[in-house]
Amino acid sequence: MIPARFDYHAPTTLDEAVRLLAGAGDEAKVLAGGQSLLPVLRLRLAAPEVVVDLGRVDELRGVREDGDTLVIGAMTPHAEVAASDVVRRHARVLSEAAATVADPQVRHRGTIGGAIAHADPAGDMPAPVLALGGELVVVGPGGRRTVPADDFFEDLFTTALGDDEILAEVRIPSHQGWGGHYAKFTRVAQQWSIVAVAAAVRTEGGSIAEAKVALTNMGSTVVRATAVEQALVGAEPSDEVVRAAAAQAAEGTSPPSDINGDADFRRNLATVLTRRAVLAAAGS
Amino acid sequence: MTSITVNVDGSSNTDEVEPRMLLVQYLREQIGKTGTVVGCDTTNCGACTVHLDGRSVKSCSVLAVQADGHEVTTIEGLATNGELHPMQQAFHESHALQCGYCTPGMIMQAIDLLVDNPDPSEQEVRDGLEGNLCRCTGYQNIVKAVRAAAKAGA
Amino acid sequence: MTATTDAPAMEVGRDRRRKEDHRLITGRTRWTDNLSAPGMLHIAMVRSPVAHATIGSVNVKAAQEASGVIAVVTGEDLADEQGTLPNVWSITPEQKVPPHPSVAVDTVRFAGEIVAVVVARSAAQARDAIELVDVDYDDLPVVLDTRDALADGATILHPDLGTNESAHLVLDFQTEGAAGNVDAVIEAASKDGIVFEREYEQQRLIPAFMEPRSMLCDPTGEQIVLWSATQIPHVLRVLLALSLGISESKLRVVAPDVGGGFGGKLQVTPEEFITVLVARRLGKPCKYTETRSESLMAAHHGRAQHQKLTLAAKKDGTVTGLKVELEADMGAYLSLLGGGTPTLGAFMFNAIYKFDAYRFDLRTAFTNKAWTDAYRGAGRPEATFGIERLMDDFAHELGMDPLELREKNWIRHEEFPFTTVAGLEYDSGNYEAATARAKELFGYDELRAEQAERRDRKDPVQLGIGVSTYTEMCGLAPSRILGALSYAAGGWEHASVRMLPTGKVEVVTGSSAHGQGHETAWSQIAADALGVDFDDIEVLHGDTAVAPRGMDTYGSRSLVVGGMAVVAAAEKVVEKAKVIAAHMLEASPDDVEFAAGAFSVRGTDQAKTMAEVAFAAFAAHDLPDGVEPTLEGDATIDPNTFSYPHGTHLCATEVDTETGQVTIRKYVCVDDIGKVVNPLIVEGQVHGGVVQGIAQALFEEAVYDESGTLITGSFTDYLVPSAADLPTMVTDRTETPATTNPLGVKGVGEAGTIASTPAVVNAAVDALRPYGVDDITMPLSPHRVWRAIQDGADR
Repeated sequence: MIPARFDYHAPTTLDEAVRLLAGAGDEAKVLAGGQSLLPVLRLRLAAPEVVVDLGRVDELRGVREDGDTLVIGAMTPHAEVAASDVVRRHARVLSEAAATVADPQVRHRGTIGGAIAHADPAGDMPAPVLALGGELVVVGPGGRRTVPADDFFEDLFTTALGDDEILAEVRIPSHQGWGGHYAKFTRVAQQWSIVAVAAAVRTEGGSIAEAKVALTNMGSTVVRATAVEQALVGAEPSDEVVRAAAAQAAEGTSPPSDINGDADFRRNLATVLTRRAVLAAAGS
Repeated sequence: MTSITVNVDGSSNTDEVEPRMLLVQYLREQIGKTGTVVGCDTTNCGACTVHLDGRSVKSCSVLAVQADGHEVTTIEGLATNGELHPMQQAFHESHALQCGYCTPGMIMQAIDLLVDNPDPSEQEVRDGLEGNLCRCTGYQNIVKAVRAAAKAGA
Repeated sequence: MTATTDAPAMEVGRDRRRKEDHRLITGRTRWTDNLSAPGMLHIAMVRSPVAHATIGSVNVKAAQEASGVIAVVTGEDLADEQGTLPNVWSITPEQKVPPHPSVAVDTVRFAGEIVAVVVARSAAQARDAIELVDVDYDDLPVVLDTRDALADGATILHPDLGTNESAHLVLDFQTEGAAGNVDAVIEAASKDGIVFEREYEQQRLIPAFMEPRSMLCDPTGEQIVLWSATQIPHVLRVLLALSLGISESKLRVVAPDVGGGFGGKLQVTPEEFITVLVARRLGKPCKYTETRSESLMAAHHGRAQHQKLTLAAKKDGTVTGLKVELEADMGAYLSLLGGGTPTLGAFMFNAIYKFDAYRFDLRTAFTNKAWTDAYRGAGRPEATFGIERLMDDFAHELGMDPLELREKNWIRHEEFPFTTVAGLEYDSGNYEAATARAKELFGYDELRAEQAERRDRKDPVQLGIGVSTYTEMCGLAPSRILGALSYAAGGWEHASVRMLPTGKVEVVTGSSAHGQGHETAWSQIAADALGVDFDDIEVLHGDTAVAPRGMDTYGSRSLVVGGMAVVAAAEKVVEKAKVIAAHMLEASPDDVEFAAGAFSVRGTDQAKTMAEVAFAAFAAHDLPDGVEPTLEGDATIDPNTFSYPHGTHLCATEVDTETGQVTIRKYVCVDDIGKVVNPLIVEGQVHGGVVQGIAQALFEEAVYDESGTLITGSFTDYLVPSAADLPTMVTDRTETPATTNPLGVKGVGEAGTIASTPAVVNAAVDALRPYGVDDITMPLSPHRVWRAIQDGADR
């Protein structure tokens, strides 16, 4: 219940944060919203010597449009992402997903950047970002770099972020005019996703012109359901047609088995949720 | 040790705290606000819910140092001049509490949910309370209380 | 009608809002963890991470030297003082009770068992130091199921016992007219009737009260004072004295505000023993508050039974015999009630039905898991689940409507009082009325029609209806019956009603509320009895110095037994006051009437108020001969019998066959709990009880992995549902008063939980019958439901 002791820094600029992190070596953890980190510290699953709190780095927070790109500061809380008209317009499925994270209190503190950097395979932020072809802007002592979402999520709780790097921004190409839906399956409302599906769909003349589908908790990282995406090109947004396409949703995945379900069950869920998410996205 | 200044229920408090001290511990142990309680270790139960700058948060998942310079409202800061907040009154009227342990957190979250949604449906109230566990009431009277409070313009 | 006056009841039956609320809704609470004492030290526990091992060594040096640490205490250190934690129920004379040290000395038998204790100046320092205690464990094989525990060649948890079986209890019942015992009846049915067998699982649950357990012991006064978040301050005091050899008069136990119990705080715990011993040893107040992780791991668990039921019936569905075989998992040690918990179900498997013969065969066994004990319903939910699942399954087998099968077999209204095959006399009940009302509220016929339609069109979302017609035995309990069952304590309850000189009232009760609203309900009862204002009554409880006599709160007993003690005590006050008033009025007591709080001489307008009489009794200037000063009544009630609430619960569930998700579409309960003192409180108990039963059906299970580690060790994995996961239920009542106590009340604390679990599971199974599903193990997670559908399709 009580974390182990640590030294604490609360920088007010990103540069200062990077310097502090570099100085602390690998004994430091970055504190974003704290909704994943603090439980870890309380259970003493981790005992970092230094904590660098990004909570006072105002430049990391906020939603804006940069030409055709939606830009969300890493320290923007889920509640703000979910409530933002700008996000809803450009990235509907991300807006929906943010509204499903945990519960309202957690959404007031937890951040999109923290969630993405934490890379829990059952977390909801990676799937919409991956589906929409997002990019992560990372800042370190060597400067700023941009990592495509495709290359960012490496393994369970492991991303392309170096120990001395901070995730600063999430950039998503605008999907204005696309439908989007995040279908999330849990046993109780505040639970981590057992399986979830992020779907973004562009319809043209009554058919699906293009679909982007990503799966939560079907492997050690978020995955794109590329076989489904291909099968949906030009498809009629009907139950029968989408069902056939969605049947491939679990292809190439390696879902976990745990007390919430075994791999078979998750594979089944993936197909069902993909169908439902795509149909909802096509209709929205 | 770090020095923090936190406004709690209208009073300013300056204290020395270890960075690892959770906001809920600061409230309970350092400034004697024992109305806010701890129910779990994993940010699930919501019994520790307070308002931080006017929004509901789980005070077990905020460090006291993160509250430096900010405003906290606890269950003990709701009643004004001895008059109960309409949500407190509604809980009482609707028998929305039994043992009372989850109640402060539940009330604080219920007030917050009405900020975003002043006239929620039954399901919207239920969804808005997904982060607060109660073992005694079965929630039915809590939902009733929140809707009654909404009608009363809470 | 009250017990003492002819005036109409003003308070009893009223929807009084609770006196308890104001402090609770404003945060002016007195949870044990809020308390502190000067110089107080903090305790943290070193707990075994392994499920079964001998302890090689416990190295405390580094911990002792850590900042702020005052002492580190091991099992060896406490070996001479700690004695054994008590078990108070020998369900058989041969029951094996292993010694249970609070701090393990040479062996740990479940993950979470305490192996050392750190005492420090702050809670953080204590927590830091437990990581420095180095314990050497030599692993032993782990036994995780009663089947494995009772098998030949099993690893024996308590070698001195030579077995993992604690007790084997067989109760054989038959009615007078029966052709023989249950074997004979089953034999007969196998020839010209039906024999129907089923096995069901009662999963292991965790009571998960919202307030983690906390205790503070102050040894510095004349008495050793222990504040503890307990349901049982009186029982705890006696057992602390007996087990630790402390003089009982030197002990005071206080239960301050207690945040829920549900049977989970009905325990005498290692943590409490340790806190007292350590405080005494150090001569300083010591506090221990558990974390939620510790609570889920080490506070006692509930349920955990394998059940096998054999039903004998005639071809037309009339039941004749029932055989019940249970294996109940006790965990690593025998708890306070231990095997008594499943034994309470012994009398309830026959439920509301008329059997000729019935056998209850229970084996209790040890496993390397947390100990088990009472959890809301304590043996009766398990029994009701077994019989109500069986009846729904049997109805399906016969092609009969499940309500029709119930009606065919239940005790008819005109047959009360009725003595069941298990030897209990049910005083009153009306299953017909409750069921008719439930059907009406439920829209039974419309829902059946919808079910048929969905089946016809093979809708991926199927509808099911589940029935639970329950009764329960509560108001625990007549002391002589407890004695006959070899339970070590009695079942009485005590109250004092005290008129203060200024006319205000103190009601002292031995009941120990932890959310049930006794302060309000007892005030209502006393207000009517004494003709005093509801707001002028203070109810005192939970402190052995203030309420010295009591048997505490559990088993839905407080209103039935404790409330009756208040009635009886108030009657004595009125009786004595009448004599004093008569003397003051210079009349004969026979000519004095009591109404609306005043004593008057019949036919005149001369009167004295209760307050005036109270002051006169205090001043004692002129009391009649033989009457002692002060005005107080004292009563200890030992119930003659149990009480038998009953009801009909109907549940409609939708099952999404694609995902296995079960959603409750409609839940209706009609409960008969006799007369109602406070309808609001009663409804609250029903809501809360039903939800815990739904949670067993759909969400909760304490799961261990093969090494004996509790995987569901936090609320992330042990799924206590929130408001978002639950339906709104329709509740109603019928009222068939109890004939066995003056208020006609039956108790309601556990009824909702007892009823609801089978209603929900029956509904889900009913939805999936066309899919070849006839049972699903609880909790009905989507995964399990989906798997059952896949397996059913393969059949």
